[in-house]
Parts: sequence; structure tokens; C-alpha cells
Amino acid sequence: MQRREVVTGSVVLVVLMLVTLLPFISLFTTALHPSGSVPLGIDWPANPQWGNFARAFQVADMPVLLFSSTLIVVGVVPVSVTISTMAGFAIGHLRIPGARVLFLLFLLGLTLPLEGIITPLYYLVRSFGLINSRLAIILPLIGLYMPFSVYWMRAHFVNMPSELSEAARVDGASTWDLFWRIHVPLARPAIASLTILLSVWTWNQFLLALVLVQDPTQRTMAGALGAFQGHYATDIPLLSAGALLILLPSLLVFLVFQRQFVAALLQGSVKG
Amino acid sequence: MSQSDPAPARAALRAGARAQDRPATALRRSRLRALRRANWAGWLLVAPALLVYIVFVLQPLVITVQYSLYRWDGIGASQWVGLKNYVTVLTDQNFIQILTNAFQLILFFCVISVGLGLVVASLIRRVVTGRIGTAARTVLFLPQVIPLVAAGIAWSWVLALSGVVNQILGAIGLGGITRAWLGDFGTALPAVGLIGVWVLLGLCTVLLLTGMGKIDPALYESARIDGAGAVQEFWAITVPSLRNEIAVCITVTAIAALASFDIVYISTGGGPGLATMVPGLEIYQLAFVGQQVGLASALAVVLVILVLVVVLPIQRMTGGEPL
Repeated sequence: MQRREVVTGSVVLVVLMLVTLLPFISLFTTALHPSGSVPLGIDWPANPQWGNFARAFQVADMPVLLFSSTLIVVGVVPVSVTISTMAGFAIGHLRIPGARVLFLLFLLGLTLPLEGIITPLYYLVRSFGLINSRLAIILPLIGLYMPFSVYWMRAHFVNMPSELSEAARVDGASTWDLFWRIHVPLARPAIASLTILLSVWTWNQFLLALVLVQDPTQRTMAGALGAFQGHYATDIPLLSAGALLILLPSLLVFLVFQRQFVAALLQGSVKG
Repeated sequence: MSQSDPAPARAALRAGARAQDRPATALRRSRLRALRRANWAGWLLVAPALLVYIVFVLQPLVITVQYSLYRWDGIGASQWVGLKNYVTVLTDQNFIQILTNAFQLILFFCVISVGLGLVVASLIRRVVTGRIGTAARTVLFLPQVIPLVAAGIAWSWVLALSGVVNQILGAIGLGGITRAWLGDFGTALPAVGLIGVWVLLGLCTVLLLTGMGKIDPALYESARIDGAGAVQEFWAITVPSLRNEIAVCITVTAIAALASFDIVYISTGGGPGLATMVPGLEIYQLAFVGQQVGLASALAVVLVILVLVVVLPIQRMTGGEPL
């Protein structure tokens, strides 16, 4: 490899990395300025106000938000993964009658933007009496995840050899045994990736939270941040501290599970 | 559905009835019965997923179409107006600008993200193979992980009058062009587009990198022997080999552009004027602020169709399975 190419390439990458990190750095230095002041974009303060983070933690009600977001993720992800695995198995492996039509029906929802159905969703959830509760986010999200999740799990099951199931059948296994004892353990990697993807998407979900839940403490993390911005738009240091705190959990999860995370997202995009 | 047993199976049943004494047939028959049972059990397995999907996605989709034919403030009585809402959406100056904005965002989200992604991916793969490359892969991916709302807040500050961008411009002697980038009619939409690039570049890069992993290294070796440099390699080998991955990138970024909401809502609210208003945000405003549910729904239907019109031809290009 020519040296000149390596140097040019390295410079390009370093510049791009700096641009990517710029907003984070700016948020960080700004968060350390006295609350209510308007500092420059990146400017290390003479007297760093670390207390801003504590204040934002308190003002944003972080423990409550973390709890609420976790509750929503726990309400959405296990159910979504379970029922989509069941459906993917039936459509992809059992080839039940009408499997093709069912599959196309789920496929239909794959490119559907949430904005396309958000209006009736509001009236629907309201008619169920769920508005302003976490269930207002949980139930529609499960439905919205079905096209992708079923598509994803089907792609896994469609490649499983049918000999495996036939052998189990001869041994007298019921359909449920076949699913639960043989195929689910084999599908673990696919299920794990799906779990990671759905968790992050749920954590970051904004529009549903904005429309269906007024109370920020019942929202997802992203939805709560939206409300926080509404309240403290003029106090830039405090807003920066709050934004950093709220994106911190996502960031930590990413850095810890980086490998699985990237792999999952990749498969997700390639397949879905 | 269960009525439509495939013909061969029925023939087998008849043959079985004729030759009861042959054990092989009996076995086949019991298998067939097991298979039937499996089919019905299979429907039970699909049922929960299908149910939530119908209730929370397909039903609202149908209702959206229904709403779009009415004039309704969300509270009182509704009034049938036929296709009038669609005529408004497709002819009104403001709506045309909103739809045009969405397409301009596609230019940024798709063209720049994918183009730059290709360059970065081939740099990481072919040129800067050491630590810097690995670090770039991780760092560029970061924006993909955090809530878009946080990205919106961070960028509104970066692009503000006293933000970093102007600070840097001032420092390099370009103080004359500083402005509130998101508040200026000429620069607001491109600025939102660049925020989109910031979010999507890492995803495209990593996607394209996996594709590159599948390219036969012998191709590159023979190119090198023929004296090709990094640039020729890029155009002659890398780009053509990545057709499928590029198509996936275009699909993902195009949907992200057409259906953008979070970033715009937080960073500009659609302003100044309608300079950065996008269909998603306008639907929200019309339905939940402006109390024009019918009009919002017509725009929603148009958006759904637009996404399909843009995405389906790209799928055809790859020749693979639909999406």
C-alpha cells in the first residue's frame, strides 16, 4: 500500500471522527458552564459546574425515567420476541396452509412509516381507555414490531432442515415440543439479535410517547427528553447536562455490547 | 384454508384406503394426520402475532384511509368530502413544499450517506487497516445508538448562533458567513440533511463493510498487479460488487428521509416558515394541534404510498427477495 494513500486516508477518517464527536464534546463543555448562561460552542469553563449534572439528574427525575423506560422495554420486548418467534416458526418452518399469504401480509407493514397510522392509533388507544398509561406505548409498539420481527424470525426458520423436525415427529413430539424443545434453542442467536434491536428501538421511541402519553414520567427515555427540552430550552447548560444524562444509558449499552449490537443491526438491515 | 389439501396428498389417502394392509401406507397416513395437526397448531402459533398486528397496524391503516375521506376536527361530527383532502394535499402550495422538502432530504440522507459511506468503508477495509480504521468504525456508529431526540438537541446547539460551527468559522476567518444555521431560510433544510448524514453514515459504513468482507481478495490482488491504485480499485471492484448492500443502504436511508420526524421536531419544529417542514411533522401538527384529522390522514396515505413508490424499485434493482 502506498504511504501517501495511507496518510490521506487516515486524515479523512480522523476528521470524520472529530465531526462525529463534535456534538458530544460541545454538549459536555456546555454542560459545565453556570446554569442559565450562554457560553460558546466549545469552551472549557474557568470554574466547571459539575453540579449541573446532579441538578439535571434531579430536575429530569432520572430514576423515575429510567424505571419507566425499563418497564416499557420489559413490557414490549419479551412479548414481541416470543410471539414473533412462534409466528416465524409456523410460517417459515411448519409451512402452515396460507403461509405465503400470511407472510406477504406481514411484509406489507415493513416499510410503513409510523406517521402513516399515528392519528387513528391515538383514537384507538383512547377508546381502549389506555391514553396516558405505559400500555398506550407498549401495545401499539408490539404490533408495530411484528412485520420486522416475523420477517426476521422467518428468515431464520426457513433455513432449518426439515429432517430435524421429521425425526422428532417420528419420536412422537407434538408441534409445541418441536417448537419449544428443538427449534427455540437452535434459534438463540437470531432471538438474541432481535432482542437487542427491539430494546434499543423501544428505548429511543419518541413519536408514540409524544402523542399517546402526556406525563413524561410514564414515557420512554427519548419521549422524556423531548419534554425536558420543552421545559428548559432557554437554560442551555442544564439542557446539555440533561441530554447527556439521558443518552448515557444507550451509549453504555452500546459500548458494552458493541460486537453483538453491530452484528444485530447489520443483519437487521440486510435482512429487513 | 385447511380444505385445500394438495392433490398428491389426497391421492395418497385414496391409495392408502385401497391398500390397508401395507404397513408403509399406514405409516404415511398417520404422518399425514400428524402434518394436518401441525398445520392447525401452526395457526395457533401465528395467531397472537397476527392479532396485535391487525389491531394496532392494519386496522389503523384502514381507518387512516377512511378518515382521509372526511372533514373532521377530532371532536365533533365528521363530514364526508370525498377526495377533496387529497386534492388539497397534492395541489396546495404549502403541501407541495412539504413533499419537496422530503425529497430534498432524500438527496442528503441517501446520496451523501451512501457515497461517503462507500469511501469510508473502502478506506477502512483497503487503506487504513490499523487502529484508526477500527476506531473510526466504532465512533462513526455512535450516532446510530443514541435517541434521535438527543441528536436533535445536540445539533441545535452546535448550529446555533453561538455554537461550535460558527465558533470554528470565526476562528478560520470566515466570521462573515456565520449565522443561525437552523433559523435561516436558505440553510435550514441542508442543515437538517447534514444532521441526517451524521446519524446514518456509521450505519451505511458498517453495512458496506460487511459486504466488502464477501468480495474475493484475489480480485484486488490482480488489480494491484495490473498497477491499479486505491481509486481505480474503488470504481472497478468495490462499487460493482456491493450492489446489494448499496441497495439496502438506499432503502434504509430513503425511508429515514421520507418518514423523518424526531430530528426535525426537536431542532427546527419545521421552521423557519415551512423551510424544514416534513410530511411526518405536518401530519402530527394537523392531527393533534390543528384539529384537521381528515387532511392529516390524506397526507398520511400519500406518505405511505410515496415510501412504497421510492422503495419498491430499489428492491427490484437487487433482484433478491422483497426487502
